[in-house]
Amino acid sequence: MTALTLAKSLNAGLRRAMEDDPKVIIMGEDIGRLGGVFRVTDGLQKDFGEDRVIDTPLAESGIVGTAIGLALRGYRPICEIQFDGFVYPAYDQIVSQVAKMRARSQGRLPMPIVIRIPFGGGIGAVEHHSESPEAYFAHTAGLKVVACSNPGDAYWMIQQSVASDDPVIFLEPKRRYYERAEVETEAGEAPYPLFASRVVRDGTDAVLLAYGPMVKTCLEAAQAATEEGRNLAVVDLRTLSPLDLDPVYELVRRTGRVVTVHEAPITGGLGAELATRITEECFYSLQAPVRRVGGFDTPYPPARAEEDFLPDLDRILDAVDRVLAY
Amino acid sequence: MTEGTFGAPAGEPDLVQLLTPEGERCEHPDYAFDLDDEAVRGFYRDMVLTRRIDAEAIALQRQGELGIWASLLGQEAAQIGSGRAVRQQDFIFPTYREHGVAWCRGIDPLALISLFRGVDNGGWDPAEVNFHLYTIVIGAQTLHATGYAMGMQRDGCVGTGDPERDAAVLAYFGDGASAQGDVNESFIWSAVFNTPTVYFLQNNQWAISAPQEKQSRIPLYRRAAGFGFPGVRVDGNDVLACYAVTKAALQQARDGGGPTLIEAFTYRMGAHTTTDDPTRYRLQDELEHWKLKDPLARVKAYLTRNALIDDAFLADLDTEADDLAAHVRAGTLSMPEPDLAATFDRVYAEMTPELRAQQEWFREYHASFHPSGGAADGGAPHAEVTR
Repeated sequence: MTALTLAKSLNAGLRRAMEDDPKVIIMGEDIGRLGGVFRVTDGLQKDFGEDRVIDTPLAESGIVGTAIGLALRGYRPICEIQFDGFVYPAYDQIVSQVAKMRARSQGRLPMPIVIRIPFGGGIGAVEHHSESPEAYFAHTAGLKVVACSNPGDAYWMIQQSVASDDPVIFLEPKRRYYERAEVETEAGEAPYPLFASRVVRDGTDAVLLAYGPMVKTCLEAAQAATEEGRNLAVVDLRTLSPLDLDPVYELVRRTGRVVTVHEAPITGGLGAELATRITEECFYSLQAPVRRVGGFDTPYPPARAEEDFLPDLDRILDAVDRVLAY
Repeated sequence: MTEGTFGAPAGEPDLVQLLTPEGERCEHPDYAFDLDDEAVRGFYRDMVLTRRIDAEAIALQRQGELGIWASLLGQEAAQIGSGRAVRQQDFIFPTYREHGVAWCRGIDPLALISLFRGVDNGGWDPAEVNFHLYTIVIGAQTLHATGYAMGMQRDGCVGTGDPERDAAVLAYFGDGASAQGDVNESFIWSAVFNTPTVYFLQNNQWAISAPQEKQSRIPLYRRAAGFGFPGVRVDGNDVLACYAVTKAALQQARDGGGPTLIEAFTYRMGAHTTTDDPTRYRLQDELEHWKLKDPLARVKAYLTRNALIDDAFLADLDTEADDLAAHVRAGTLSMPEPDLAATFDRVYAEMTPELRAQQEWFREYHASFHPSGGAADGGAPHAEVTR
């Protein structure tokens, strides 16, 4: 066990993936000498060389588009998108090319590409640096979408994503990059499957569903709720596409009450999908409508207003009050 | 009605031409055609047969058998000349119009037509023939080409001096695509990483209804200079010149000399696809002007004038074209309908539970309309035939 930040865990996971498979290469802006703007790739170019840790020109479509060609040649590229708001220039290559290549080639052309995206707000950044684009990708057939929430998952999920023959959008909660935890780096294999949700706190009164940066916030809210005698469960979804909801359904059948929490705007967000599936699957177990807590349907606000935009303990607990009021 | 591009090229000093529209061989200081007359006969055969595939496909579309067809009429020399210049280990990234290049790769025309009929998205195995699937999104494939070329570099397949090993990528696109960001990003990548990428731009003068003047204020081959690699304009209706220029550029790329942009100055004789009507946007005079530069006629004139072909050759070729057309027609009409249930299996390497559930639901629902059981007619992808 080693105490690592989430960023260092990713670095260690990337390093191990590169050591395990010479076909793994990393490409992105400023990832070489600088080690990435969040230092996630720190030291990798020094150890693996410029041919495997590629500082690219500053053009996101080019990063993903050339990764496709490398994948067709048998490589396993990991693309770093510097910030969430910069993924949109690559959107066409991701959605029209990466996602569809296997299906349109009748299964002949795999796309073992990982696209790492630091996502979400809470770091006081300027505009376009705090977006939550996950629903766009979860809506796209052919992509898989995962989000890590803690250093241990970061270490293992990045390796599992690299090993996957399916393209993975890998979302990194940038406000959690520097949070530290003990990570089991010596184990031979990951403790959890990649596409599996995880109950991180059991509870009897209601269940909070979250992923990425909101998992910690939900755990804090659940802790605060104990002062009012409420026992909340928290699920870290971990995988957004495919969704793994069997553990969620079990909790819903026990508690009858659900609150979904994400930073992304509410309309068309993951919470809407979760609410619908839970309603379809657990209708007779529900004691209250599923409530969604999320960002507002506004563009991400200027940094000094983001505290009001982002779900916090009070907004989550307010939603809990509402589902418990039925 | 927009004034079209009559194109100045005849006599233009920067146009590489080795065979005039009258069918006379000519010299160029930098490029020579280094194959024998038997090869020229072969090119003529390729062009005749490719044109026939095209004509048959247009007819099939008009009869309602294809949803759409992108005709290559007029671009046979550009495609056969460049397509015959590649080596087996080279890799090609086509647009959706490269039927002649596909022919050079030994791909059965039915594997192309199945895309336009709507039974699959390309019926060939790209890894088997080193010819990627047709890319519909304009210019997106140029980035894939650069990435693939980067892979060749990393695999040690560039600049070794071993003709069996050294490889390059040939990326096709059009004058319209030259305006796309992806094409320009691809130029930057290829230049910066000095990749073995050869760009083959078929300037057929029209991006659907928009003339080349709407894409660029300068001749397209001159774009390359701004990115830091050579650009050359070739007479795209001259199969010998297209061959010679492409061969030289590919060799330079294989040797580690980096990318080249080739602009094949040609003309689309038909519509962009069977859905548009060129009489709405271009002048008949322009078409007549370009008919005089027909890529097939000039080769035939050369071969005839030099007694390299005779009536028996032409009669045999006619018969071969008829047989090919019959193959295209019969093969098209007998293509099985695609099975939607099978497509679920091809989305991911690792199936998702949700998709599996949807697939099972669909199978049951679909079967309820076919009480005898089993899927609807078809199911298996049509047999792949390679020449």
